[in-house]
Amino acid sequence: MSTGFDVERIRKDFPVLSRELPGGRPLVYLDSGNSAQKPTQVIEVMRDHLAMHYSNVGRALHALGAESTEAYETARDKVAAFIGAPSRDEIIFTKNASEALNLVAYAFGNPITEDPRFRLAPGDEIVISEMEHHSNIVPWQMLAQRTGVKLRWFSVTDEGRLDLSNLEELVNERTKMVSIVHQSNVLGTINPVAQVLARVREVGALMMLDASQSVPHHAVDVAALGVDFLAFTGHKVVGPSGIGVLWGRGELLDAMPPFMGGGEMIEAVWMDHSTYAPAPHKFEAGTPPIVEAIGLGAAVDYLSEIGMDAIARHEHELTGYALDALGEIPGLKVIGPKGLEQRGATVSFTLEGIHPHDVGQILDDNFGVAVRVGHHCARPLHLRFGIPATTRASLYLYNTPAEIDALVRGLHHVRKVFA
Amino acid sequence: MIAESMYQELILEHYKHPQGRGLRDPYDAEVHHVNPTCGDEITMRVKVGDGGKVEDVSYDGQGCSISQAAASVLHELTTGSTVDETLAVVDEFTRLMQGRGKVEADEDVLGDAVAFAGVAKFPARVKCALLAWMAYKDAVVRSSK
Ligand SMILES: Cc1ncc(COP(=O)(O)O)c(C=O)c1O
Repeated sequence: MSTGFDVERIRKDFPVLSRELPGGRPLVYLDSGNSAQKPTQVIEVMRDHLAMHYSNVGRALHALGAESTEAYETARDKVAAFIGAPSRDEIIFTKNASEALNLVAYAFGNPITEDPRFRLAPGDEIVISEMEHHSNIVPWQMLAQRTGVKLRWFSVTDEGRLDLSNLEELVNERTKMVSIVHQSNVLGTINPVAQVLARVREVGALMMLDASQSVPHHAVDVAALGVDFLAFTGHKVVGPSGIGVLWGRGELLDAMPPFMGGGEMIEAVWMDHSTYAPAPHKFEAGTPPIVEAIGLGAAVDYLSEIGMDAIARHEHELTGYALDALGEIPGLKVIGPKGLEQRGATVSFTLEGIHPHDVGQILDDNFGVAVRVGHHCARPLHLRFGIPATTRASLYLYNTPAEIDALVRGLHHVRKVFA
Repeated sequence: MIAESMYQELILEHYKHPQGRGLRDPYDAEVHHVNPTCGDEITMRVKVGDGGKVEDVSYDGQGCSISQAAASVLHELTTGSTVDETLAVVDEFTRLMQGRGKVEADEDVLGDAVAFAGVAKFPARVKCALLAWMAYKDAVVRSSK
């Protein structure tokens, strides 16, 4: 298999990929959907900032304060360019995708704003889907508990696609917000955003995408997508943990209430009230994850230099290779689309009669193959398929066909042990 | 390799050919325990006869090889013994599992259950091994009420 993509050169950028595990096992890392590994380029930028330029941002008037602020705000520019945001002020740094999703959910039914798009009246509805990560379920459940808004959801078809057969009824005049995953972290499915968005616009609702699993893997342009909000998380785009991104349309961010109160998010403070800074600072209370944001900037630089289209092509070919190879293992059932159409490089499966925890343990201990086992923070989706857990291989730019072969060898061995 | 010390032949044997599986009547107490992190579950019934003798331990459930084999071994070790004897086994097994692989197992007390000694080195799997034993302890307490 040739992807016209120098994966061996890319692997050298990731120090961990050449380490050995205890017992002399090589590392076969197939768990990037959980968290991606980090290239030297990111590690060095963070190290250098911590060693030579570190200070607080925004509030220190000295040279280091200026350098730190400059680096932090430059990271915002880089992220804005990376996802095609019309304005850098539309990029809000959060702790992770979960915080970004909570931030938006918190804006609804919040007495601090009078904007009708965020006000909730009895009978109003929020729509999510059955394939969501818990991070895009629980914040909306909590909103429903706080406000009485009704939570509804798209079902998932047997093939692992969003069931749009009741789109017209599900998304209706009572709908305030539709928040769905762009690419499923279990099924690999890429959802048809345009089709859902067209209906969202008809009824005058808002739309948010959980892009935690799409931004790392293919070019995402928020202006072209046309949605209102998008969230992703730094640690899955070869950046550090502790940093995430919320993108929102500027005029919506202006209309929204702040999320947390504290330093840097204010304009002026009196003892009995405050006025708030404009976005993005309105949503960044307190000292932010400075070095993490700078690391994220380095990460999107790294990916841009390789090219998101080249990464997507590589992953596409790798996914085809994996689906074919896994398809030949007796008793293996892929949960999610079997073809390559509108699907990313995440392959979840069950092995007949063998629990995923046993699969994962033997893959790790005997072969150094790191996969994720369990419900992958998508329990309702597993309930939908009537299974307690799956084994998930999630691929990234640094994975190779030889690593898929190692997975397949491991799975044959697993079957032998439990035969 | 490490896993080989966990997946002992005896464990695999019990997983493939579980002993005493299936819920039976009569019984004094029935309990249902789950392991929320991995979804393993077990329903267990206990029948205690005269002189505190365990007449039957029946169970049904689903989960990984470790949790299912543990239930099968438990069935063999407890049936026919007295409640007091079996509670001593539960205590020793729990001590072994919570010992992070650093506890020497008392084979005289544990019998076949020593095969699980390797599991103690895997914190994520200790709960799988303990599921049936905790359910048993619970069922015994309830049956004496
Ligand atoms: C689809 C999806 N949404 C949200 C998240 C949450 O990301 P984080 O834990 O960084 O907030 C993840 C990853 O765990 C994910 O895969």
